[in-house]
Amino acid sequence: MLDGLILLITTVLKIVAIILPLLISVAYLTLAERKVIGSMQVRIGPNRVGWKGLGQPFADLFKLLTKEVIVPTNASRFLFLTAPVLSLAPAFAAWAVIPFTGDLVLADVNAGLLYVLAMTSIGVYGVIIAGWASNSKYAFLGAMRSAAQIVSYEIAMSFALVGVLMVAGSLNLGDIVRAQEGGIFHWFLIPLFPLAIVYFISGVAETNRAPFDVAEGESEIVAGFHVDYSGMAFAVFFLAEYANMIMISVLAVVMFLGGWLSPVSFIPDGIHWFFIKTSLMLFFFLWFRATFPRYRYDQIMRLGWKVFIPITIVWIAVVGFAIYFDIGPWFDIRSGVTG
Amino acid sequence: MSFELFLFYVFAAITVFGAACVITVRNPVHAAMFLVLTFFSTACIWMLLEAEFLAITLVLVYVGAVMVLFLFVVMMLDVNVEPLREGFVKYLPWGAAVGLLMFIEMAFLITERYFRSENYPIPAASAADYSNTQELGRLLYDKFLFQFEVAAVILLVAIVAAIALTMRRRPETKYQKPHQQVDVKKSDRLRIVQMPTEKR
Repeated sequence: MLDGLILLITTVLKIVAIILPLLISVAYLTLAERKVIGSMQVRIGPNRVGWKGLGQPFADLFKLLTKEVIVPTNASRFLFLTAPVLSLAPAFAAWAVIPFTGDLVLADVNAGLLYVLAMTSIGVYGVIIAGWASNSKYAFLGAMRSAAQIVSYEIAMSFALVGVLMVAGSLNLGDIVRAQEGGIFHWFLIPLFPLAIVYFISGVAETNRAPFDVAEGESEIVAGFHVDYSGMAFAVFFLAEYANMIMISVLAVVMFLGGWLSPVSFIPDGIHWFFIKTSLMLFFFLWFRATFPRYRYDQIMRLGWKVFIPITIVWIAVVGFAIYFDIGPWFDIRSGVTG
Repeated sequence: MSFELFLFYVFAAITVFGAACVITVRNPVHAAMFLVLTFFSTACIWMLLEAEFLAITLVLVYVGAVMVLFLFVVMMLDVNVEPLREGFVKYLPWGAAVGLLMFIEMAFLITERYFRSENYPIPAASAADYSNTQELGRLLYDKFLFQFEVAAVILLVAIVAAIALTMRRRPETKYQKPHQQVDVKKSDRLRIVQMPTEKR
């Protein structure tokens, strides 16, 4: 009984140790986004609250906390208030299996990759339910667009990950990183380059970020599925979106950029590499938003179904042949696993 | 009562509650959400059985994909429930008869030979490094490869049939031709005209 209690307390503490830094990262990611886009557009960005604007995320937070949560008259009240939680909970739950270093992981499960995919696929419910429960046409249209987009890009994304698990020979995220040991030339980015590109672009589309943000196309449907949300309920959606962005970056790092491993063998590995690589991927998200114009809806669907899915299928076949005939220095990892 | 047993009862209760709500709540969207809850708690029960691959796949496929499409349809169609509720008394005997028949069939199977609990000893708990996924993959792609391929072909035929049934080529439908859009030149769209400036 006492052992169980201790296990429970340590697990809760570990969860807090993951969630708390995540929340702070989300807060500062919003600031980073405004600063980066500001400097790309030759502006200063927020610089009033605190030193160089570093207090801005907290000012935003307190503003949202003190605002009223308005529930529209004909909204389905229960689902309206559940929807933000439905989008936030999977975004946090997926972090349980992420290996920060070899030992630093909350749950070292065998089917970690599948678990992450399952959790991210639940996130779409928050969007659909929010759009429906608001009882507003704008919100509903936004929800429909975004749900269709998420479901389509999930296929390309899962196929890209199939390539990774073929090469790594494991669904365990820690083992996937360990299979990339030995410097930058052993990272899966090189043999799986097309899949890595497809994965990251699909990730941008999954999180409904620019240039794939038709879900909240301001000029057409105001703000998409969360148009009727205010105050803290809106903040939770915001939090989920940014947590998902960080999640996609982290997964890209784990799967294609060697996780906590250092790029050259004589510099020791460590968690700092994990954070540096993740920050780099997050910078791409912000860079995209400042650079590209929004896609038209049919272009998004065409890119997902007619371009990305064929690319991934072809490259999975290529990887299959390469593994079967032992081509290249990167595909000999399997031999120990097949058994 | 061990902790696992306690968890089983919790999840089983949620499953039964969800399944009952699916057929009793009036709003179709709420019913679909309860079906999601039912699937999810079923996945949790499978997880207790150490079938983690199947459990996660259940969430991935049914919760993540099938039910999303289901919700789409339910939301778009705006199902009118009232006509469906008419004639409840008229259909009640037929429904009861079918239900009773199914109950008798299941009772025959479950109580007699096949599903007696003494025929199924509790399987030994597997070691911590036992990979459920690897074992399933080995069975599917090795021992039962033929059956697996047959199932795949059947699914493929179903997809082809579904698309062939629903696809209609209507002449008035407008759609984009991306290659034409990409190949367009300045001279196709733009006409530059020389005009003398107006005299004041």
